[in-house]
Amino acid sequence: MPVEKYLGVPLHRPKVAFFEFTACEGCQLQILNNEATLLDFLSLVEVVSFREAMKESTGDYEIAFIEGSITRADEVKRLKDIRKKAKVLVAMGSCACFGGVNQLKNRFNNPKWVKDQVYGKFPVESEEARPIEDVVTVDLKIYGCPIKKEEVEKVVTNLVLGKSVNHPKYPVCMECMANENICLYKLGEPCLGPVTRDAWCPGNRCGCWGCRGPADAANVEQIISIMKEHNFSPDTIIDRLECFGGFREFAEELKRKTVKAKTKKKRAGK
Amino acid sequence: MKISCNVNVHHLSRVEGHGNIHIKIKGGRVMEAQWEVVETPRFFEAMLVGKKWDNAPWICGRICGICSIGHTLASIRAVENAFGIVPSEQTRKLRLLLKHMETLQSHVLHLYFLAAPDFLNTGSVFPLIKSHPDVVARAARIKLIANDACDIIGGRRMHPTRTVVGGFTMLPDKCMLEALKRRLEDARSDLYLTAELFRSFPVPDFVRETEFVSLRGNGDYPFIGGDLVSTDGVRMKEHDYKKMTNEYTVDQSTAKWARLSRESFAVGALARLNNNFAFLNPAARELSESFGLRPVNHNPFMNNIAQLVECVHVTLDSINMISELLDNEWDEPRQPVKHKKGKGVAAVEVPRGILYHCYEFDRAGKIVRSDCVIPTGQNHANIQHDLMELAAQSASMGRKDTEIELLAEMLVRSYDPCISCSVH
Repeated sequence: MPVEKYLGVPLHRPKVAFFEFTACEGCQLQILNNEATLLDFLSLVEVVSFREAMKESTGDYEIAFIEGSITRADEVKRLKDIRKKAKVLVAMGSCACFGGVNQLKNRFNNPKWVKDQVYGKFPVESEEARPIEDVVTVDLKIYGCPIKKEEVEKVVTNLVLGKSVNHPKYPVCMECMANENICLYKLGEPCLGPVTRDAWCPGNRCGCWGCRGPADAANVEQIISIMKEHNFSPDTIIDRLECFGGFREFAEELKRKTVKAKTKKKRAGK
Repeated sequence: MKISCNVNVHHLSRVEGHGNIHIKIKGGRVMEAQWEVVETPRFFEAMLVGKKWDNAPWICGRICGICSIGHTLASIRAVENAFGIVPSEQTRKLRLLLKHMETLQSHVLHLYFLAAPDFLNTGSVFPLIKSHPDVVARAARIKLIANDACDIIGGRRMHPTRTVVGGFTMLPDKCMLEALKRRLEDARSDLYLTAELFRSFPVPDFVRETEFVSLRGNGDYPFIGGDLVSTDGVRMKEHDYKKMTNEYTVDQSTAKWARLSRESFAVGALARLNNNFAFLNPAARELSESFGLRPVNHNPFMNNIAQLVECVHVTLDSINMISELLDNEWDEPRQPVKHKKGKGVAAVEVPRGILYHCYEFDRAGKIVRSDCVIPTGQNHANIQHDLMELAAQSASMGRKDTEIELLAEMLVRSYDPCISCSVH
C-alpha cells in the first residue's frame, strides 16, 4: 500500500511521465520488473503518463523519463513538446543516451540500402538514429541496456530530496575486482570492462559490450592494444566498440586505421 | 441498428509499441475499421549484415524488451543450426526452463497489468493497488518468482547475459534452483487464484473463424524447434518457414503482414493450445476445459485464458525439469563453436506466438543476410479482420461508441501485441 504521509506530514510526490521513442520498451518494462520494490517506488511518485501500463494520460508532469532514440521527424516534434512541459528530462537507457543498437544502421552511411534490405521498394520514413541529446537538452542520464531499476529509484529519490545525482566514474574492472570475478581475458573472452562505466555483465562471465558508455578518462587506445595483445581481431574490437553507440567515435577511428593498414599491406604486397 | 460512430484511438495504451484504432460507422454501415501500426522501424535485419555470428544473439535479443529471452534463444538456435551444433541435454533443459520462466513472467504481466484493468473498470493497474491490494500483490509475487528465475538461469531478467551459442557462460547454483522449485510449488495456489479471478470476468461473445499457426509438439507441448503446423492442415519443416509466413507490406502498417491458407492467421497462446491441446500438462488441460476452452476455439478474447492455462503448464513443467536437473551432476556449461558457411533457421514459441530467425553466414562466420519474422507481425492481419468483424457486429447490435471503443481496445489487447517488436 503506498505511503502518503510520513510522520503525519504529506509527502511531496513528483508527477512523473514515461515516454518511448524508437526502442524495445525494455527500459520502461524494467520499472515494472522489480516487483519487490515496485509498490514502494510508486508511493514516492505520482505516475501521470505511462502508455505501456496505463490508459490515462496528462500533460502535467515534472519529471519526464525518455526511452529510445530519435529516428523520424514526428519524434523530434513530440520530444521537443515534452521538453517544454517537463522541469527535468531524463534520458533512460542506451538508445536515449547514445542511440543504442539502433545506431548500428548508421554505420553503412547508406539509408536507402538499409531501407531496401528490410522493405524492398515499400516506402518507409526513417532517419539516422540519434540520441535524444541531439534534439533537446538532457538534464540527467541513466545508462545501460537495459537500465537498472535501482538507478531509476535512486535518481527519483535524489530529485525528491533535492540531492545531486552522481554516477560511478570508475570502470567495470573496479567492480569485477571488488566482486572477485575471474577476469574475462583470462577466460579468453573480449571485454570492454577497462573503459566502460561500471556494469553488471562480467559477473555472469559475459564480456562487456560497453552499453553504459565510457567511464571517466577512459583510455580507449589502451583497450585496443589489450585486445590486440589477446589476439582479438580489429573486427572483434570494432563490434564491441560500436554496438551501443557510446564509443562510436573510437570505433570509427579504429575502422579508418584498419582500412588504412589493410590498403598499406596490399600495396606493400604488390 | 447503429446509425453512426467515430472511434479514434491514437497510440493504444497498455500494449507494447505504437498502434492506432479507427472505426467509422455511417448510416448503419461500417465505413472504416482499421488497425494501424505507426511504430518507427529499427532495421535489425540490416544492422546485422557484416557482423560476426556472436553478435547475433546479443543484438537480436534487443528486438524486444518483453521477450528478449525468446529472441536470444531463437537467435542462438539459428546460429547453431547453421553451424551444425546440437545442444547438450543439459543445455536444452536449462534453455527450456529459462523460456518457461519468461513465458510465465510475460503472461502474468499481460493478464494482470495489461488485460485485467479492462475487466475491473480502471485505466491501469495503479488504482488497483488501493482497491484490490491482494490482486496486485499476487501478480507481483508470481512475476517476481519468474523474473528471479530468469536472473538465476540467464544472468539477467531482460537481455540475458549467460545465454550463448554452444550453451551457457555459467550454470546456476543448485541451491538456488532448489529454492526456485519450492517457490514455484508455492506459486501454484496463486495461479489457481488467478484462474478464479479470470473466471469472474465475462469473456466477450465474439467468434470469427480463422487459421491458427504454431509449432507442433512431438509428445510435448512445443516451445523450441520442431515442425510448423496450422489448424487448416498445413504442416511444414522449420527451415520452410517462409512458406508458412509469406510476408508482405501494406500501407497501414510499418510492420509486415503474413498469410497462409486464408487472408490472415493467428499465432500465440491460443494457437499453440488449439494445435497441441493433448500435450498440455493434465492439470493445465483440466483448467482449460473448466473454461470451456477446447480446440479449435475461434474467440480471440480466449487468448487470455489460453495464457492462463500456459502459466499453469509452464509452472508444473518447470518443477519437474528442476527435479531432473537437480538429480544429475552438472556437465560442461558450453561446447566449443566452430563457424562455417551456411544458413540456419530457428522457430521458437515465444509468449506472443511463433518467432523465426534466419541467418546466412559467409566462410568467415559473418552474416550475409538475416531475416526475423515476429509473432505480432503475423497477427496484425488477423487483428485487422477481427476488428472489421467486431465493427460490423457492433453496427448491427447498435452498441454505444464508448462500448465499441472499449471492445476494440480489449480485442487488440487480447493478442498481447508487441508492436515495436513486430516492426523491429
